[in-house]
Amino acid sequence: MTAPMVQAERVRKSFGRVEALRGVDLTVQPGEVTVIIGPSGSGKSTFLRCINHLEQISSGRLWVDGELVGYRQEGDRLHELREREVAGRRAAIGMVFQRFNLFPHMTVLQNVTEAPVRVKRIPAGRARATASALLERVGLAGKVDSYPAELSGGQQQRVAIARALAMEPKLMLFDEPTSALDPELVGEVLAVMRDLAADGMTMIVVTHEMGFAREVGHHLVFMDEGAVVEEGPPRQVFAEPHEPRTRAFLSKVL
Amino acid sequence: MDTAVRAIPVRHWGRWVSGGAVVLLVAWLVWSAARSGFVDAAQVRHYLFSPLILQGLRATVILAVLSQATGIVLGVAFAVMRLSKNAVASWVAGAYIWFFRGTPVLVQLFFWYNGVPSVWKSIDVTLPFIHTTLYSARMVDFMTPFMAAFLGLALNEGAYMAEIVRAGILSVDPGQVEAAQALGMTPLLTMRRIVLPQAMRVIVPPTGNEFISMLKTTSLASAITYGELLRRSSDIYSTNLQVVPLLVVASLWYLVLTTVASGGQYLLERRFGRAGSSVRRRRRV
Repeated sequence: MTAPMVQAERVRKSFGRVEALRGVDLTVQPGEVTVIIGPSGSGKSTFLRCINHLEQISSGRLWVDGELVGYRQEGDRLHELREREVAGRRAAIGMVFQRFNLFPHMTVLQNVTEAPVRVKRIPAGRARATASALLERVGLAGKVDSYPAELSGGQQQRVAIARALAMEPKLMLFDEPTSALDPELVGEVLAVMRDLAADGMTMIVVTHEMGFAREVGHHLVFMDEGAVVEEGPPRQVFAEPHEPRTRAFLSKVL
Repeated sequence: MDTAVRAIPVRHWGRWVSGGAVVLLVAWLVWSAARSGFVDAAQVRHYLFSPLILQGLRATVILAVLSQATGIVLGVAFAVMRLSKNAVASWVAGAYIWFFRGTPVLVQLFFWYNGVPSVWKSIDVTLPFIHTTLYSARMVDFMTPFMAAFLGLALNEGAYMAEIVRAGILSVDPGQVEAAQALGMTPLLTMRRIVLPQAMRVIVPPTGNEFISMLKTTSLASAITYGELLRRSSDIYSTNLQVVPLLVVASLWYLVLTTVASGGQYLLERRFGRAGSSVRRRRRV
């Protein structure tokens, strides 16, 4: 069996006195699409943000690709990472946000080439070629010179996916990627994600799109009140949930 | 049958009356000033382009531009320090802003020009260990009127610019920083490439005001004998007693400088207003 891409052991996270995560245990295998569902405030997004260290966990242990998030192990000692080292680790993990967060002062092409050129020091010409290919893949070849404000929400989110892919990540995190979209634009973003999953990308997707979870997900995780309540193959969890809380949630959203 | 109806706009009688009163008042001021014999238009014309005045004008522009440019650099540095997680940096920046905003510029100028040379007698830049002196001078020689004026104005301006830049940085959506971080960008790179360019929209307009203000504040340097516009004017009228014509000359040049600067500000705002169009849209939400 291969080493897991993400492994969480009793991960806790508090904001002041509020406990957002109360001991999350989860394993994500390489090439797997894990879909996390649950009511708002259940800690799904917080957990996602802990994986690339946008939030620091309060206790527990969290590994990505065999390395402890935020620490470097030397012998039996753990050294907290410096900002520069944290940035280096993040470069290998792509993230897509609910609100797209494209850089409004840059064109679509510049949005995609910025990190490869500035962080990975890839020559500008090669970065532009890669970016053009990625933008074509997400169906936006004609929009390279547009500014984000000139695009629809669905187009912006597809640029955001291309921007993350340009760093050649080993893991992609999606934080409610379709929640800020008009209903008729959801499909085009899900299609890109489906394509990515078919390509074997390891993905963790926080979403309310149950259809996507059922059809694309390999592993479904239901979270509530900061912990994993139930997990398993999507079809099985949807068809016969064991936990009353899962049943109650699914009866409201399906 | 004639169906045309004449629409009569509202008559603003109040505006006509008050406008007339203002015109009369200004006319009376000009007439009485001219009659007094102290405002001699020929003298104004004579001195407007005199070599001494033009020298002063050049000195004013040089001092204002150098002080403002240095103030902007200091402002960016201290704003970033102020917002830093590093407590020492944040505290140092806070103390700097507190001190330089909290004391009058004129006092600061006197302090640099008169205070510093009496406290510290000389200035030496020496490399440690190898004892090579790069620069050495008596403080009174180093602290020329220009140097004192430049240091005073630039450091004072840095404190104001720090607050302007800080407001600009805080105006940028935190999601922008997260997106940059998630791409593996370091804090410094994020600041330089993502945050500051977007902060410009908020930073540029008040910076234009600061520069216009700086053009006029340079006149304080006349108090420490720096030969800028006001000093040159007063040098002249202290010998020929044409006080009012020379003050008019100085004022005309200040008006020219600030008018040009206002035009420049307008162009800059148009240039930087474009970049953040989606930022503008977000604001409406």
